[in-house]
Parts: sequence; C-alpha cells; structure tokens
Amino acid sequence: MIPGVTLELILYTTALGLVIIGLAGVVLSSHLFRMVLALVIAEAGANLMLVLSGYRWDAVAPILLQRAEQPTMVDPVPQAMVLTAIVIGVGIQALAVSILIRIRQRYGNLKRRDVAEKMDAEIAASAGIRRDISQDAPLGERPLSPLPAHTAESRGGDA
Amino acid sequence: MSEVELWIALILGIMMLSSAVLALVVKNHLAAVAAASVVSLGLALLFALMRAPDVAMTEAAVGAGLSSLILALALRRLGLWQIDSGRENSNLLSASSKGKDDA
Repeated sequence: MIPGVTLELILYTTALGLVIIGLAGVVLSSHLFRMVLALVIAEAGANLMLVLSGYRWDAVAPILLQRAEQPTMVDPVPQAMVLTAIVIGVGIQALAVSILIRIRQRYGNLKRRDVAEKMDAEIAASAGIRRDISQDAPLGERPLSPLPAHTAESRGGDA
Repeated sequence: MSEVELWIALILGIMMLSSAVLALVVKNHLAAVAAASVVSLGLALLFALMRAPDVAMTEAAVGAGLSSLILALALRRLGLWQIDSGRENSNLLSASSKGKDDA
C-alpha cells in the first residue's frame, strides 16, 4: 500500500464523495423519484462521516467488560446518534415517497419541469392572477425590451 | 491486520461511490433502487469495520432492507416498476449484455 494512505483518509474520501454525489443528484436530477434516491445517498454519506468523527484506529468496540483495566474504546456517542439518524432517515424517505404518490395522482407524472409548470399554473389559477412566470423568464416579463446590439455598443463607447 | 482493513475499506469505498453514481445515472428505476441498496450495504460493512457493530446491524436491517423495500413498493404504486426494458437499449446493463451477445 502507498505510505500516507490511512484508513481515515479512505473513509473521509468515501463519506465526502457520497455527500457530494447525493447533493449533485438532488440539484441536477430531472425526475422526482431520482431526487429521493439522491437524498438517501447523501444521508448515507452524512452518517458515515458522523461515525468517523468518533473513530480511533487503536481502539476497540464500545462494550464494557468485567476487567480490571479497560482498553480504549471508540466514542459511543456519535454511534448512538447515527443509530437514531438511520431510523429517522427511513421515516423521511417514507414521507417523501407518500408525497410522490400524491403528486403522481394529481399531476399524472413525476418529471420535475412538468410538475413545476402545472403547480405554478394551479397556484396562479387559485389566486386569480395572470401567470406570467415561466422557466425561461423566472422573474416574469421584463419591463423594458433588451437593447438592440448597435445601441448597446454606442452606449458603451460613450461611457 | 491494519493492511487488510485498508484494502477492505478501499474496495468498499470504490464500490459504494461507483454504485452511487450508477443509482443516479441508470435509466431503469428498479436498478437504481438496487444500486442505492448496495450503497447502504457497503455502509453497513464499513460500520462493522469501524467498530460500531450495533450501527452496522441497524443499517443492514433498516437502511438496506426496509428502505429499499419501501422504495420498491413505491415504484409499483408510481407505475415505474419494470423488470426488463426489453427491446430498446434504455438500460445500461441490458445494453452491455446485448453487446456481449452480439460479439
């Protein structure tokens, strides 16, 4: 093995990689179910990093023995926290899946852009206002039309 | 002992990262759920390696078992359940196996 490569380095790389892949998937995926899967992966990376914070390479598992001198143990507090976080994670996942089922019942599919369009239209209709927001113009229509090319050039020359 | 742990952690880490990418890339949703389950299973083995046996047991039972069960049953309710995408190469695995059959 290459000197300098320790177990902690490998595990930190894995944890950070999982978090980064999960967050990139949440941001970039175009399907809502894929978004839930990316959330699960990011949560796995966060759990790994939490357990890693209490890890020592020269320690034993945190189990008390009836012995005169107790060997060093790894920190049991992050492990207990992660034990809770795993179960809470499954609860969050079940909630997200149930929301997905309701979205599918209402809008027919789970494509992110499609669902956002339909949701915008529905909100605008229930509020009784004109819907002027789209994916291409997120802040609505511009108050002034953009300047033609030659005008912008001459103005830049003046300044 | 430490050398062995190092190699095990390296192999598990590479496996987990690649299957995490696969879970977000592969077209078939059932295969994506299976890849996420592989990530959870590798995480359970890493927990056992890091001397957290209770967390490893919980992760293997709840994270790899129950959570992929929930996701797979949700796929049936969402109408995305398809075992084999058959004719077209919409799936990474079917594309590779089809290429192997041709060769």
